[in-house]
Amino acid sequence: MEFLASIGRVVLGFLAHVGRLTAFTATAVSHTVRPPFFYRLTLKAMIEIGYYSLPVVGLTAIFSGMVLALQSYTGFARFSAEGAVATVVVLSMTRELGPVLAGLMVAGRIGASMAAEIGTMRVTEQIDALVTLSTNPFKYLVAPRLIAGTLMLPFLVGVADIIGVFGGYIVGVYKLGFNPSSYISRTWEYLEPLDVISGLTKAAVFGFLISLMGCYNGYYSKGGAQGVGKATTNSVVSAAILILIFNYIITALYFGK
Amino acid sequence: MSHMSTPVEPKIKLADVHKAFGPKVVLDGIDLAVQPGESVVIIGGSGTGKSVTLKCILGLLRPEQGSVTVDGQDVVAMGGRAREAMLRKFGMLFQGGALFDSMTVWENVAFGLIQGRGMKRAEAREIAIDKLAQVGLAASAGDLMPVELSGGMQKRVALARAIASSPEIIFFDEPTTGLDPIMADVINDLIVQCVKNVGATALSITHDMASARKIADRIAMLYKGRLIWIGSPKDIDHSGNEFVDQFIHGRAEGPIKMELRA
Ligand SMILES: Nc1ncnc2c1ncn2[C@@H]1O[C@H](COP(=O)(O)OP(=O)(O)OP(=O)(O)O)[C@@H](O)[C@H]1O
Ligand SMILES: [Mg+2]
Repeated sequence: MEFLASIGRVVLGFLAHVGRLTAFTATAVSHTVRPPFFYRLTLKAMIEIGYYSLPVVGLTAIFSGMVLALQSYTGFARFSAEGAVATVVVLSMTRELGPVLAGLMVAGRIGASMAAEIGTMRVTEQIDALVTLSTNPFKYLVAPRLIAGTLMLPFLVGVADIIGVFGGYIVGVYKLGFNPSSYISRTWEYLEPLDVISGLTKAAVFGFLISLMGCYNGYYSKGGAQGVGKATTNSVVSAAILILIFNYIITALYFGK
Repeated sequence: MSHMSTPVEPKIKLADVHKAFGPKVVLDGIDLAVQPGESVVIIGGSGTGKSVTLKCILGLLRPEQGSVTVDGQDVVAMGGRAREAMLRKFGMLFQGGALFDSMTVWENVAFGLIQGRGMKRAEAREIAIDKLAQVGLAASAGDLMPVELSGGMQKRVALARAIASSPEIIFFDEPTTGLDPIMADVINDLIVQCVKNVGATALSITHDMASARKIADRIAMLYKGRLIWIGSPKDIDHSGNEFVDQFIHGRAEGPIKMELRA
């Protein structure tokens, strides 16, 4: 009986958690479309996410593109398909690696800082103070971050796609000896709009999830510095897992016939 | 309790309010009516639930049982817009200050005016500087960040923020804790002025008996989740209640036992 009871407790705890997250998400989303809007805060969050993440996303993208070129070249050489390198690089970057790697990097950078900031505001009663000053914390803290995350991740992934392809080009041309113009034409040859569109869709979803996890974990953090630390870790881990799950779901929706 | 017989509707009314955190019962049936323009002070030992009482009235915590009404409206069940409108009547000084650490001091003080009431920044800044002067802070302090201030200065900024929008109802959670005696008295005068001159209703918490005597129309003592004594400050010295006697004289011996381990 003890055993069953403990299973029951875990299940109930999980369901309570899911319920709370669902309610949080619904409230947060409803506040992104209802006025008043906090334009300045949204712009600030967009700059924080979009602009200040450029270095880390760019660096990730260029090395991913480079290693893709190198790996596919040596791998495909086994069945004399080296010519496919440019195509492999551009398809992998736009469809998979761009959104997933950028998402994971931004989850570490932005999700964590959102959880820490909102969590600190929670444990120091700044969120309570907001409420008593007639300002809805969902509107003031959560909505701007959700909007910024959803809009800026596609931008970052667009940049990552370009930089990643460029990384592949560098390795392809300067190390593997491809002809520059044929590498570029091979890059375009099999690329379809849907490859890019699916990647950008993923990016938007990931951006939303990163902000949601950052805000949610911060909002419900409790118990001082330790609680904020836990919220920060949880926001990164849960965002990363959700990114991988939704990556599969979106891929299946677009391409899984 | 002479106020209870007047026909005026109380500004704030708590009836049989219960609040527990898990198994820990904090409020165990609180009854309190605060009349318009009255200043009530809650005293009581540390951890007895004074701050929790204020938070239940503001809707930051939800009592499991009992009703809380403000101007006759039930606030426990109130949601969204109605609550925002209700909270516009309030100013709250949090025990820990709860200043927004990402904003300058004047922006903190002006926050309710700018966000809550849509006032122009320049105009709100004027008011903020004026409120800062009332709590003894120079205009130059307005451009600092909260972390650059001392603890007592932060408390005074939080006080300025609480009264910035000239609210009808003001809650002060330990307004003079951490201030020097002279500044504490300046703040006492400011609170009295808010109530007497501006006509606000005030509910304060303090451990400072001198302050309580000065600002209170009535003093209520919270002990073990209930208000065990309510009366005027002039009666508190001969309340005939041994708990109150022990508390106001700060004696370790008496019916109130501190939960210490030997
Ligand atoms: N959010 C919370 N979660 C769990 N327990 C809480 C919470 N807030 C308060 N408590 C508990 O409720 C009790 C009363 O807390 P409260 O802050 O009201 O005390 P207080 O009377 O204001 O004391 P002090 O004079 O020290 O400020 C405390 O024992 C505290 O542990
Ligand atoms: Mg307290």
